[in-house]
Amino acid sequence: MSATESFGTGTKASARPVGAAVSCVQVTLVVNGAERRLDVDPRSMLVDVLRDRLGLTGTKKCCERGECGVCTVHVDGRAALSCMTLAVAAEDREITTIEGLATDGDLHPVQRAFVEEDSFQCGYCTPGQVMSAVACVDGGHTGSKEEIKEFMSGNICRCSAYPQIVAAIQAVAVSARDR
Amino acid sequence: MDFFAYERLSAPAVAVSALRDDPHAVLLAGGTELVNWLKDGIMRPARVLDINGLPGLDAIEVEASGLRIGALVRMSDLAAHPEVRRDYPAIPEALLRSASQQLRNMASMGGNLLQRTRCPYFRAEIELPCNKRAPGSGCSALGGEDRSMAIFGWSEHCIATHPSDVAVVLAALDAEVTLQGPDGFRSVPVTSFYRLPGAEPQRDTVKEPTELITGITVPASAVAQRSWYLKVRERTSYEFALVSVAAGAELDGSGTIREARIALGGVAHGPWRLPAAERSVIDVRVDDRDGLRAAIEDAFSDARPRRDNGFKVELAKRAIVRTLQTAAGVAAE
Repeated sequence: MSATESFGTGTKASARPVGAAVSCVQVTLVVNGAERRLDVDPRSMLVDVLRDRLGLTGTKKCCERGECGVCTVHVDGRAALSCMTLAVAAEDREITTIEGLATDGDLHPVQRAFVEEDSFQCGYCTPGQVMSAVACVDGGHTGSKEEIKEFMSGNICRCSAYPQIVAAIQAVAVSARDR
Repeated sequence: MDFFAYERLSAPAVAVSALRDDPHAVLLAGGTELVNWLKDGIMRPARVLDINGLPGLDAIEVEASGLRIGALVRMSDLAAHPEVRRDYPAIPEALLRSASQQLRNMASMGGNLLQRTRCPYFRAEIELPCNKRAPGSGCSALGGEDRSMAIFGWSEHCIATHPSDVAVVLAALDAEVTLQGPDGFRSVPVTSFYRLPGAEPQRDTVKEPTELITGITVPASAVAQRSWYLKVRERTSYEFALVSVAAGAELDGSGTIREARIALGGVAHGPWRLPAAERSVIDVRVDDRDGLRAAIEDAFSDARPRRDNGFKVELAKRAIVRTLQTAAGVAAE
């Protein structure tokens, strides 16, 4: 789906001045440590800019209303929903996507744990799950299964790999404590 | 989604004058509600004014007299604040039972108060009659599915409930909303911030369109220190309340209630305080479950359940007893 299609076709009647011409605005986004300057329509959601303009298609798109979590990225180090974030409003914030987790080709420990614990089946929700899981571990929200499940409840998995996702997060938390 | 111009604002006064000069401008904070409204055509602004950079609105200040929460404080930051957890435990409890971690990271406290109903007729992707959405178009919920709807204070124009969890706690703890408008500042108790639907259900709150929420103040009290929030819902996490209770009690040495605060969520157009129940539980021992239950019965005499939401009356009564006992440490969370 193109960014333009995702604007929808809101045709609700209400008094509103007509004729404001569409004009793009220039934004500078800091994505995975690199500055990316581009012109965007102010209506563009961050998820569409990441995927369609910057080619970072690891971030997925599904419900588009903040319910499913597949579009989760980090904004200034915290899990956020890129389908509910206007790209213009993300200027000057540090954005990390799933592509930004691995270093020199080595998977992030959370990514490795997802592989080892078999934490996905179809894989569509996995990038968002991994981004939330990294925030869960980094924020120290791994005290119990219940705490992990609460932290992760904004990421829906249709294949229901939830027990394996919790296991992966626990494995990373344990090995981080052991280090 | 119609085109809008995007601007970043630099000061609260600039936001107020922009709202006064342009009725087609809206403010953007966390965006978790506004962006949905834009996508659904519930709101079609010509200008979106980003207030996230406004100075002075993102502080959490805990003082002996009370708590002050800046309007741009994020839900997750308030929930994690150690002194808020110690002195106002119901507030973090309500916040952590709301939404998901991503949404809590994004959503502002001012925006939380300005959420609009989750009534499925209001949120319908293909527009249905709804007096909140299109005044005069009718209320689909009146004759439609009413299981999640109000039992208190509704009108023939609207039977929606308000979705905020933390607003229920703020109402119970006598918090006030600070508003900045063209004529200066004013404070409104949370209990009167939300309107009854009456004949104008499109107006959720008494906030004027030209006003900006700058913060929330919560007075310190013994009741606040012994406050709790119970949310009853159909999933363990990431779901709105069927019924919720914010309650707190001050006890004497023998465990008898000296003072209490009780508010309900999920039952009305806004948080629903029960002053009659607060009075009648005084002198009841907090471990006396039957006594508490008997004391709160009369507070439900003006409940008007509809076809499928009558269960909320019984659910709310049981939840109040449990929350008072949890707050006092005599029942499990």
